[in-house]
Amino acid sequence: MNITLRVWRQRNSDDAGGMQTYQVTDVSPDMSFLEMLDVLNENLTIAGEDPIAFDSDCREGICGMCGLVINGLAHGPKERVTTCQLHMRSFSDGDVIDVEPWRAEPFTVIKDLIVDRGAFDRIIQAGGFITAPTGTAPDAHAVPVPKADADAAFDAATCIGCGACVAACPNGSASLFVAAKVTHLGLLPQGQPERHSRALDMVAQADLEGFGGCTQIGECTAACPKGIQIDLISRLNRDVLGALTHRA
Amino acid sequence: MAISGLVLILFLLAHMYGNLKVFEGQDAFDSYSHHLRELGEPILPYGGALWIIRVVLLAAIVVHAVSAIILWRRARRATGGKGGARYASSKAPRGAQRSYASFTLRWGGVTIALFVIYHLLHLTTNTIAPGGASDSPYERVVNGFSIWWVVLSYTIALIALAFHLRHGIWAAMATLGANTSPKRRKNLNIVAVVVAAVIVVGFLIPPYAVLLGLVG
Repeated sequence: MNITLRVWRQRNSDDAGGMQTYQVTDVSPDMSFLEMLDVLNENLTIAGEDPIAFDSDCREGICGMCGLVINGLAHGPKERVTTCQLHMRSFSDGDVIDVEPWRAEPFTVIKDLIVDRGAFDRIIQAGGFITAPTGTAPDAHAVPVPKADADAAFDAATCIGCGACVAACPNGSASLFVAAKVTHLGLLPQGQPERHSRALDMVAQADLEGFGGCTQIGECTAACPKGIQIDLISRLNRDVLGALTHRA
Repeated sequence: MAISGLVLILFLLAHMYGNLKVFEGQDAFDSYSHHLRELGEPILPYGGALWIIRVVLLAAIVVHAVSAIILWRRARRATGGKGGARYASSKAPRGAQRSYASFTLRWGGVTIALFVIYHLLHLTTNTIAPGGASDSPYERVVNGFSIWWVVLSYTIALIALAFHLRHGIWAAMATLGANTSPKRRKNLNIVAVVVAAVIVVGFLIPPYAVLLGLVG
């Protein structure tokens, strides 16, 4: 396959940046999108040019490190995959593919396709934890959890914090991310003590970071590589409403 | 945003019900209109209930608009003022699944606000009186909607309202925590479509009945 790439190049966070065109030849359909970028970067390095900076880590779709807006869609055209698990067979020979970084005011572009997602870490610090005694780990079956709750909590816990929801949201909202974390801990008995303060604190931190508000459009769930559903945002809102009638 | 919107929807349903009384003839329609002012008498003074309703509606509109402006400004700040169009690629202008209704929610709201001003000047104060002014609410309706462009202007506004309600009802209920599962999401969307359709069709029946000569 021969592919034409239009890639966002930006020297640093102060640089204006812009789209640049590159040709990539002899692309195997079995390559992942990131492997295709690796090939391009090798060629750029050989030619003495600056390789394209992009994030990646596990490359098996479970770490949340990679993430590109491909043809205007977070993680590209295929549903429920991260960029590293998107393969070139999803494209056709001769395609022109646009590649851009996540865009949202709290996600500063550090270089090219790499953005600073520290805002997500600070949202987690605000409430994405439970109070647990230190010492020997308790027996796994010491606290019974209903199967349905365990399953739903696990579904929410599959959120890898990649930021695709923010990148896709027309409002630049982080509601799906916050909702996944609040649901994951709020459904389990271990998460109950902080349940209401958690919802309030994480939403407050997301607002403070400059993320937008949710208007229930659903682009986040369409982009989510883990298929986190939008009903979790209703769950988050119920915890926020519940906090109004609880003492902090 | 959600609660003020739902208050306004309750008003729309009551308003639509009142409009349909136009089919009962001039006497019934005008006395309905007059009775709105006598509602709650003698506990409330003449026009008292109507003024309470007006104050509640105005408060709902103000809360709705202020919340919308806050959300709009936050969204603009979070996306560099470009919203869903912030990517250089033009290959997914409508995203993955965004609906036209969600896309037009804010400007549709502005359109509806402008229409409400026009509508109040037309049928409430009768300052704008195409077809002739009258003291009879029934005659105002008949005079106005006998003219094709008046009906057209109301039709355009109601289409904007249809899209606004289609997304707004769903979003309001989801925001208040009613979206508890994918199945519930489907049902809430059906409710939004049905309520939006009932309101808009219900409001469009009287103007078209007048235009086609079925009433008046």
